Order: sequence, then structure tokens, then C-alpha cells
Amino acid sequence: MELKSNVPTGPIETAWDRRKFELQLVSPANKRKYSLIVVGSGLAGASAAASLGELGYNVLCFCYQDSPRRAHSIAAQGGINAAKNYQNDGDSIYRLFYDTVKGGDFRAREANVYRLAQVSVNIIDQCVAQGVPFAREYGGTLANRSFGGAQVSRTFYARGQTGQQLLLGAYQALQRQIAQGKVKMFTRTEMLDLIVINGKARGIVTRNMVTGKMESFLADAVILATGGYGNVFYLSTNAKGCNATAIWRAYKRGALFGNPCFTQIHPTCIPVTGEYQSKLTLMSESLRNDGRIWVPRKKGDKRPPNEIPESERNYYLEERYPAFGNLVPRDIASRAAKAVCDAGYGVGETGLGVYLDFREAIQRLGRSGVAERYGNLFEMYERITGENPYETPMRIYPAVHYTMGGLWVDYHLMSNIPGLFVLGEANFSDHGANRLGASALMQGLADGYFIIPYTIGDYLVRAKPEKVDAGAPEVKEAEQNVTNVIKRLLNANGKRTVDSFHRELGHIMWEYCGMARNEAGLKKALSMIPQLREQYWKEVKVLGSDTELNQSLEKAGRVADFFELAELMCLDALHRNESCGGHFREEYQTPEGEALRDDEHFSYVAAWEYKGAQQAPELHKEPLTFQYVKPAQRSYK
Amino acid sequence: MRIILHVWRQKNSKDPGRLVRYEVPNVNEHMSFLEMLDVLNESLIEKGEDPIAFDHDCREGICGMCGMMVNGKAHGGFKGTTLCQVHMRHYKDGDELYLEPWRARAFPVIKDLVVDRSALDRIIAAGGYISVPTGSAPDGNAIPVRKQDAELAMDAAACIGCGACVAACPNASASLFTGAKISHLGRLPQGQPERDQRALAMVQQMQLEGFGNCTNIGECEAACPKEIRLDVIARMNRDYIKAALTEREVVEKGGAG
Repeated sequence: MELKSNVPTGPIETAWDRRKFELQLVSPANKRKYSLIVVGSGLAGASAAASLGELGYNVLCFCYQDSPRRAHSIAAQGGINAAKNYQNDGDSIYRLFYDTVKGGDFRAREANVYRLAQVSVNIIDQCVAQGVPFAREYGGTLANRSFGGAQVSRTFYARGQTGQQLLLGAYQALQRQIAQGKVKMFTRTEMLDLIVINGKARGIVTRNMVTGKMESFLADAVILATGGYGNVFYLSTNAKGCNATAIWRAYKRGALFGNPCFTQIHPTCIPVTGEYQSKLTLMSESLRNDGRIWVPRKKGDKRPPNEIPESERNYYLEERYPAFGNLVPRDIASRAAKAVCDAGYGVGETGLGVYLDFREAIQRLGRSGVAERYGNLFEMYERITGENPYETPMRIYPAVHYTMGGLWVDYHLMSNIPGLFVLGEANFSDHGANRLGASALMQGLADGYFIIPYTIGDYLVRAKPEKVDAGAPEVKEAEQNVTNVIKRLLNANGKRTVDSFHRELGHIMWEYCGMARNEAGLKKALSMIPQLREQYWKEVKVLGSDTELNQSLEKAGRVADFFELAELMCLDALHRNESCGGHFREEYQTPEGEALRDDEHFSYVAAWEYKGAQQAPELHKEPLTFQYVKPAQRSYK
Repeated sequence: MRIILHVWRQKNSKDPGRLVRYEVPNVNEHMSFLEMLDVLNESLIEKGEDPIAFDHDCREGICGMCGMMVNGKAHGGFKGTTLCQVHMRHYKDGDELYLEPWRARAFPVIKDLVVDRSALDRIIAAGGYISVPTGSAPDGNAIPVRKQDAELAMDAAACIGCGACVAACPNASASLFTGAKISHLGRLPQGQPERDQRALAMVQQMQLEGFGNCTNIGECEAACPKEIRLDVIARMNRDYIKAALTEREVVEKGGAG
């Protein structure tokens, strides 16, 4: 199989403009003849559904929550990047492009990233016009702050709730289209299979989570914007309901899965307290603007942090990376925290934690100055831990946060299945092997507001999707497939709960496919996961029926998919004999312990093809070439 | 510690429902409230009993999906805190807690502690937006916004749509929710063109959905996990009255050919 990236040739600066002109158009009168399915209502899904409805298409939008406003984009705290250069500090589209390619450790497609940087400026305009209450200066202009991996201030924010405000903007635009009848919204409805007819994506099979009713929907194209798969680790900063089922079942229908092992571990999360823990809470990266990270210089120092004098504190990021200091990219900050904890310098009851200290910032800005910037984050920290970060330093530890991998897409955001488009975190994306802070919101909205509205019309004109009906054998087969999975789960009638299995899978993944990986560990995981999966299907206990609200059944199906995905992640991590970005293989590091890429052998996107339940997936490679940003070892020193 | 729960169990919207007593031994003070329910549910499943259905998702206080009455208080009654962010260190050994779903005519119970809040989405659909199709926005800095207005708009925009205000109100009014959106958009220059129409349409929809009226009791403000202030209701009423007196329907005459 040849992977066609569809990237325009010629100068990168004009590539997207030229492509937009080449794309076929659907006339306004014809748009209403097409129907489109959008699965997911986060930043990518809501912005796509709203924008496509505005254009005149008939849109069907699905989400598993009780309202589209609940999608997990809502939890993004820190901000959104845009190359506005409002601060006059040397930013430009080219610099945002450069920072993102470098930040992704040279494993992203240059042309996609350039386009992302270009449309970033339109996103801010759109959001401001929608009424997103971004932070302002006294003169009424937009305020900015800096984020990891950048030396300019290009991040726009709405207190510590930027994701919430951007999502509400998209949600409100979506509600407007719902009121106008251009979008039909299906809440508490979960996609359980993809319907492919004559090689084209033509619909989805869903389950109504209130009544249990299974229903198929057909359309001219299917757009998946279902987010990431960090919950494969059980504990992550994702919402409890976030899952990989939509993309995984599309994978099993033939869509390629790109770079599954690229996961982002966020350096600043509240540490785990016990086995009952259900999720991890992130503390925004923006805190690293003013907070200083340190551990005691003496191993196992149990003194309260405020009694440890300055000379006995190791500000390890500032010492090791003087140019970026506490604002190094996430993968580097996370690994450094793991290294000091593994060496025995960690703090807190478990020893898995480092300090994030605001003492100096409070001296410099005053308590009120710190409160103005981070007040709500400090309150959140105190609510969860019972400790006051104005008085005692925060304790933080890395946690799974984002997945750079996802379904493979071309420049038009279309997967290798014609008519199946994938947006936002669900695609393998523009972030390469590591995403920079404040870039996820940018990508989700770029895909939904400014890319899919152009590329989908071109597909519809060229592909001319033929008429299909609900009685097609492909529809019946997909429905039967869904019924079989549900029946099998309900009939297993074992002794263990779904969560207990999920937790066990999470431990394996965190241990062997987490922040640092090695060949022996990955091989071990690859033998443990299938065993546990087999046990799962025999011993899982799911009560109730499939004709009612059944939260255990919902979880059971998602965890079944996580088992399979976990195996693919390990396989991908094992085959990639290099370290890059979030993928750190212990065998491949520089003498200073930095990630050691192997561009000669691994400068490609690994796209995996499903070959059946009993067979190993097949690896396809999309070579990556860098004409503008020359690969070099990333240096933040 | 040991916690005793009396939980509202209702199989579906037609079942009359009842309170059922459960004991949760070995509750750790660092657990969140919802983690305590997870632990209970795990033990129920192991015993072959139907676990308690409750809505939740982000578990960091921002998605607005969780919420129930705990001893008659929405989200448990801790200032500025959603239920998912309440930790068990606030309770003591032997405490008895009564867990009930949000009670309001406009929020029918789906199962146990899960209710249908889609009425809130329909209020937003009625006018809780600024009509700006994708692509038609001017440069971000072309619309200066007073810092103070941006801050006050943000205060109102912080609403998470959980419905605690409705549940806490003796009239089951959605005025705090509706007022918050009207205030958020009405504070900003971008929100001015549709300000009157928005207030009329949203208030009308709120009444159609079967929410009660506001009688200035203030329970909503006390219960709001995002501390939305009562003055958003005053703004809503002012905008509504002004619009009701001055708005006239415009008949579009169509363009020349």
C-alpha cells in the first residue's frame, strides 16, 4: 500500500493557498443534498459540525456525554498559540512552524505544520468574534503569555480555563446550527462501528446509551473527532469517558493507525495517592512561567520544603537547560522529573514527586499578582491536596496527558479509507513525537474551522458517493458485529469488574510503555497483555442488560478495545529503535541522557494496518522529508 | 472511616424510585467523593448487585457533568466546588449521607442519580451565541475590550452548565444559568447587535422548558460551584424588560433582483 500524503509541491509558504484554489467546490444549492456525520463534539468536532452546517450541509453530530459542551477539550487550562506577533517580540508564522516541527522532534509533516501556523491567526480572530473572553491588557488589546518550547509570548488565554471558553464558543456556534436545523445532535450516543460500502466510509453504527437501542446512520462522509486514547493507561488527565473505540473500530475496518506509541506525559500533575485513584489532575504548564522546579540535594531529605535552605535545593531544570530553564518542552521536563525521582531524590509520601515552588514569584509579584495569574489553579490544588500552595510548594509528578498518535490522515485530513476524515487529537496529527503546550487547542480548531470545510467539498465532488440504503449487507454485518461484542461481554459472567482489569492493564502500560521504554520491557508487556485480554473475555463481570442505561457495559466495550490498542502501542514502541520526543527508548540516548534520534532509519510515520484478529498488523511507512527545518538534535540548553 | 449512604435508586423514568442504604467501610480521606462511589460500585458488582448510575466525566470540576444532592445540598455544599472535587477528608467516621438526583420538572430522572439536562442546551440554542459564521471575523485586536468588561464577562462565562442552580432553587428556576450567558455575551462589544433578541429568546425558552421563576432567594448563587453571582439575573431581567418594550419584529422585504 502506498501512502499518499497529498502534500502540494512547491514553496511551503503558498502551498495551502494554491491547494485551496485547486480544490473542487460544491455550489451552495448542492451542499444541502449532502449529509455528513461528525462523531465527537470537542473543539475539532463542534467547530467542524458548526462550520459545515453554516456552509449548508446536513450534519449529524454525535457525542457520548449528555451535552456537546462536556467534551474534554473543556478541561484544557493554559492557552492557545497563534502567530499574531502582537507582542512585537519576534514571532511569525515561520517561527511558530519552526518551533512546532522542532518541538515535535522532527517526526511531523512539514506542510501540515506550516498550514497550522498559518491558520492559527484566523482562529484567534474567530474566537474573539464569538465572544471568547480572552485576557486583555488595560488598553483593551489581547494579552499573551509564554509556554514551554518557545522563546516568544504567543499564547492567548482565558484565565486557567482557555479550553472551556474556546469550546463554549464552538458549542454555541453548534447550538445555533442545531436551532436552524442544519445540525442534528445525538447526545448520549456512542459510535460502535464504521460502515464501509464499496470501499468508502458511509456511516456508523451507534448505541443509544439511555435506551440501549442500536441504530445505523448513513451519510456521504464520516468525520471522526473523538479525541485521544490516553486512558489506555487507566490513570491519565483525560476524562473518565474518553476512549479509543471510534478510532479503534475504524482501524479494524481498514483505517491505518499512525505512530500509536507517541504519547505525551505531562510534567505537572498532582501525584497519585492510592490504588482507588480514578484519574489524575493536571496543573497547567503556564505555572512553569513563574514556578521553579526543584528537589532536595540530599537523598531522602524528609524536612518540610520551607526548612530546606536555598543551597540545599537542586533546581535541576534551570541548571541543565539554562536557556529555557523551567520552560523546556514537556517530554524533557517529564523525563528529568522521573530521573531525579528514580535516583531517590523524590519528595512526598511516595517519593514520586518534585516541588513546584512559587516562593520567589510571590516575593517578586506579591501574593495578589500570583493570584491574578494562577488563582484558580492554586484553589484547585488546595481542594484536591488540602495544602496551600501560597505557603508550601506544590508537589507534582508527570502523568499521561495527550496522544500524538492516531489514525493516519493525508494533507486533506482524510484517512486511507475514502470518505473517512479524522480531526484533532484523534488523527496522528501535526505534533510529531511531542506536542508543545497550547498547540492542541490550535490544532483542533484549525482542523474543524479552517481545513475540513475546504477539503470535504473536494472529496464529495470527486468521489460522487452513490446512493446507499439501510438494508445493505455491509450495514447488517456491522450491526451484527456490534451485537456480538455486546452479547459476549454480557454473557462472560465472570467474577472481576471491568475497572479491575483496566487498572491492571494501566499498570502494565505505565511500567513498560510509559515515560521510558526498553526492548526487554516492551517484549514483556507484549506477552502480558494478550494473557490479560484472554482472561478479560473469560472473567469479566458485566451486570444488567443492553436495553437500559448500563455504565458497566459502556466501559466494558471500551476497555476491550484498549487491550488491543495497548498491544499495538507496544509493538510500535518496540519497532522504533530510536528515541524521539515522548518516545524514549533507554537504549538510545546521548551520554547526557537526551533522546537520540536515528533519522537515517526512522524518519517516517509508522502507519499500521489491521490484518485480522489472529495476525500481526502490517507496517507501512510514510517517509518524512525536511526541506525547511533541518533535523538537528533538539537543544534547549 | 466508615460512611453510611442512603442513595436514590430508580430503575428508569417510570419507576417510582426509593432510597437504599449502603455502608462503605474503609473510606480513605484522600479519596474524592466520586472515588468513594466507585469503590462502592465495585463491591456491588462483585456481589452481583446493580451499581449506582451517576453522571461524571472530567473529574476536575470543569465539564459540568457530575452533580447530585448530598444531604439536601447541591454538590455537597462546599463553596465553589463541584462534587468530583470534594474529598472525603471533609467527612468523619460514621457520617450518614443522603444522595439524591437534581430535582426539577425540567430535569426528568433517567436512572438513579442521572437526570436529563438537555433543556439547558435548548436555552443556549435559542440565542446564547454571537452569530459569526466561520471566516467572517475581523482581526482580534480590531475590537478593543475594556479589561474590566473582559474580566466580568469571564466571571459569567465560567458557568459549567451543571444545573446545581436549578436543583438548589425552591422554584427550580434556571435564571442563574440563563443570566450568566446573557451577561457574558452582553458585557462584550461583540455581543451588542443581538443583545435584545438574545434576552427575549432565551428567557422565553427557559419558560417553555418548565423552569420556575426567580423570586430572589439566592440559593442558586450559594450552590454554584463556579460562584456565578446573583447580579447576572438582574442583568438578564434588565435586558429582558428593555427588549420587551423596544424590540419590534422586522419583516425582511427581500432584495432587488
